[in-house]
Amino acid sequence: MTTLADGEWHRLHPASPLLRGGIFIVAVLGFIITNLRERLVEVFFGVPRYGGDPVDEILARGAVGWALLAVVVVLLLILTVFYLSWRMHTFRVTAEVVEVRSGMLFRSNRRARVDRIQGVNIVRPLIPRLFGAAKLEVSVAGQDANVQLAYLGSSLADQLRRDILRLASGLRQPPPAARDAARDAAPDAALSPPPGYGLAPTAGASYSAATAVADRARDFFAPELDPDAAPPESVVRIPPGRLIGSVILNGFTVFVVLAGIALTVSVVAGVSDWLLVAFIPTLIASVSFYFTRVTKSLRYSIAGTPDGVRVGFGLLTTSNETLPPGRIHAIGVSQPLLWRPSGWWQVRINTAGHSSTKGAAGEANTTILPVGTLADVARVLELILPGFDSEEQQALIERGLNSKGGVDGYTNAPRRAAWLHPFSWRRTGYTVSNGTALLRRGVIARELVLVPLARLQSVAISQGPLTRMLHLASARLHTVAGPVTADLGVVDAVEALVLFDRISSGAISSALSDTSHHWNQPDGVAE
Amino acid sequence: MKSREKCVPDPAERMDLSDVGEWKRVSPRYVVVETAGTIVFGLVLTGAATALWLLADAQWALYAMVAIVVITAATVAFEPRRVRAIGYQLREDDLIFRRGIMFTRFVSVPYGRMQLVDITRGPIARWLGLADLKFVTAAASSGVLIPGLAEADAESLRDRLVELAESRRAGL
Repeated sequence: MTTLADGEWHRLHPASPLLRGGIFIVAVLGFIITNLRERLVEVFFGVPRYGGDPVDEILARGAVGWALLAVVVVLLLILTVFYLSWRMHTFRVTAEVVEVRSGMLFRSNRRARVDRIQGVNIVRPLIPRLFGAAKLEVSVAGQDANVQLAYLGSSLADQLRRDILRLASGLRQPPPAARDAARDAAPDAALSPPPGYGLAPTAGASYSAATAVADRARDFFAPELDPDAAPPESVVRIPPGRLIGSVILNGFTVFVVLAGIALTVSVVAGVSDWLLVAFIPTLIASVSFYFTRVTKSLRYSIAGTPDGVRVGFGLLTTSNETLPPGRIHAIGVSQPLLWRPSGWWQVRINTAGHSSTKGAAGEANTTILPVGTLADVARVLELILPGFDSEEQQALIERGLNSKGGVDGYTNAPRRAAWLHPFSWRRTGYTVSNGTALLRRGVIARELVLVPLARLQSVAISQGPLTRMLHLASARLHTVAGPVTADLGVVDAVEALVLFDRISSGAISSALSDTSHHWNQPDGVAE
Repeated sequence: MKSREKCVPDPAERMDLSDVGEWKRVSPRYVVVETAGTIVFGLVLTGAATALWLLADAQWALYAMVAIVVITAATVAFEPRRVRAIGYQLREDDLIFRRGIMFTRFVSVPYGRMQLVDITRGPIARWLGLADLKFVTAAASSGVLIPGLAEADAESLRDRLVELAESRRAGL
C-alpha cells in the first residue's frame, strides 16, 4: 500500500474518463442500436427486414473498407482523447493544499487549503462501484468550490481520505506505517501510477480473475463503515420498517391520498375522465419518489471517527461523508406532526461546504439523520456536538424536544406572546449551555435548534410596531446558509437584550477557546 | 430634537441596549441621499398611477396616486429621524450596529467573523462625499450595512475593521 498524500503528482484511475463519460457511451451505443435494430433482429431471430439502415447503404455503395476505416479512426480518436484527458488530469496532496490540474485545451488548476476543508465525501455510483472505483470529493466553503477526484481505486480513496483528514487535523506527520510505505513506493509513485491503481486491486503474478471477482464482491457487500475506524456502539441504524414509515408519513402522502380520493369521487360520479389522465403521471412519479427516498437511505450509518463524524448511506449508489469537528454551524432537530405518534425525529445541519452529491433520503446532504427515535437523536447529537453530553445538557435537549413549556431551564416567551403565537408561545424559548445556544420553538411541528457559538456569525434582535406594543422582540442567530434557521419569533423585550448580551459575548469567548479547525494539533505547536 | 421625539409614542418603551456607550452616528448629509431616493421612487409610482388613471381611465389609480403621495411625504418627513437612528459602535471584540425607529434592529458581529469589507458609493452619495460600508460575514443574513459615512471615515473604519479582524481571526 502506498499513500497518495505524499506531495507528489498522481493520476486518477485509468478508467476514469470511461466512467465519467459513461452516459455519453450509453447514448452512442443507443444510437447505433436503434439504427441497426432491424439488422440485429434479423441476425438473432431470422425475421426478414425491409432494408434502409446505414449498413445496407454502405454495402450498396461498396464502401465497406472506408466504413471500417472510419470506425477505427473514431475509436482511436476517442481512445486518444480519453488517454490524454487521463494523462493531463493530475492531483497532489501536500501538507497545505489539495491541488488538481486538469483539462487539455483549457487547463484548470484548483487548490483547496487543507485546514479549510469542510468535509470529505466518498461516493460510489453503481457502475463505477462495480468496477471498484470511487469518487472522492473535498468540500470547502463557497459556491461550487469543491475539489473532485473522480475516480480513484476504492481502497485508495478510503486511504486518501484518511490521509487528507489527518493532514487537516494538524497532525502533520503521517503515521509511521504509512510513512515507510510511502518511502518504499516513492521511486515509482512520482512518474507512473502505483500498483493497485488500475482495476485490479493488487498487481503481480499471484493475481487472478477469481481474486478480482472476490475483491469486487467484498467491496460491494462490505459495510460502509470500516469496523476499525469507528467504535461500533456509537452507530445508529434505521430499521427498514421505520424508514419506509417515515417516508410515507409526510405531507406529500397527504397530497397523494387527497388526490386519490378526489380522483375516485370524480370517476364514480362520472364528472370527467380528464382528471384521471392528469393524475396518473403524478401517481407514477410518487412511486418513484418513495422508491428513491427509501433506497437512498437504506444502509444508513453514522459513527464518530477520530477525524470527525462519518455518515454513510445508499443501497446501490453509496455515499460516505466525513465531517471534521467544528464544521457544523447549526443543528436543527425537528418533528413533523405526522411523526409525533411514533416519536420520530429528523436531524439537519448547516455546513459551509456542500458536497455536490445528494444526501440521505434524496435530500440535500444536510440531512444527517433522516429519521430516528429520541435515543438515536441523543446519540447523533453526542457525535456532532462533542462535549455537550453532561446530564444537565442531555436533560436540556430532551426538554427542548418534548417539553410543553413552563419552568424547564429555558427562558420562555411571556403569556402576552400568545397574541402572536397562540399555540407555540409556551414552548418558544432559548437557553445557552457550554458554548451552545439552544432555541426551542413550534408546537405543531416541534423544533429544537442548536448553534455552537464558536461558529456563530452574528446575532440580531429586532422589534416592530406590533412586538413593541406587546413589549416583545424577536431574535435571530446568523449562521451560514442551510436548511436550519436559528430564529426566535417572540421573546420578552427585556429578555431580548439579555439574549443579545449573552449570545454576543458567548460567540466571542467560544471562538477564542475553539481549536477545532486543527482538532488533533498538539498544544504549543499552533502556528 | 426634543420636540421631534415627542411625535413617537412613549419612547421609554423603545428597546435599547443599556450598558453601551455613545453610538457613532452617520453623517447628517445622508438624509439627502435617502430623501432623494424616496422622492424618485415616489415619482415613478405616481407617474405609473397617473398613466393608469389618464390612459386606462381607471378611477382607483387616482386614489392610489393620492396614497402614494401621502406615504412618500410621510416617509420624507421621518427621514431625518430614521437617519439619526442609524448607529454603530466598535466594542472590544465586536461591532454592534443599530438602525430603524419603527422596526428597530440591533446586530452584533464579532470582528473575527469578517470575510470582507465592501465600500460602495452611489451617485448622490458621491456628490455629497459619502460612502456605504458593508461588513460581510459567512452568513448572508448578517446584513451589516453602515450607510452615509464620510468617505475618509469609511476608509479609516475599513482599515480599522480589517486590522481588528486580522488580530482575531477565527477561520470559518
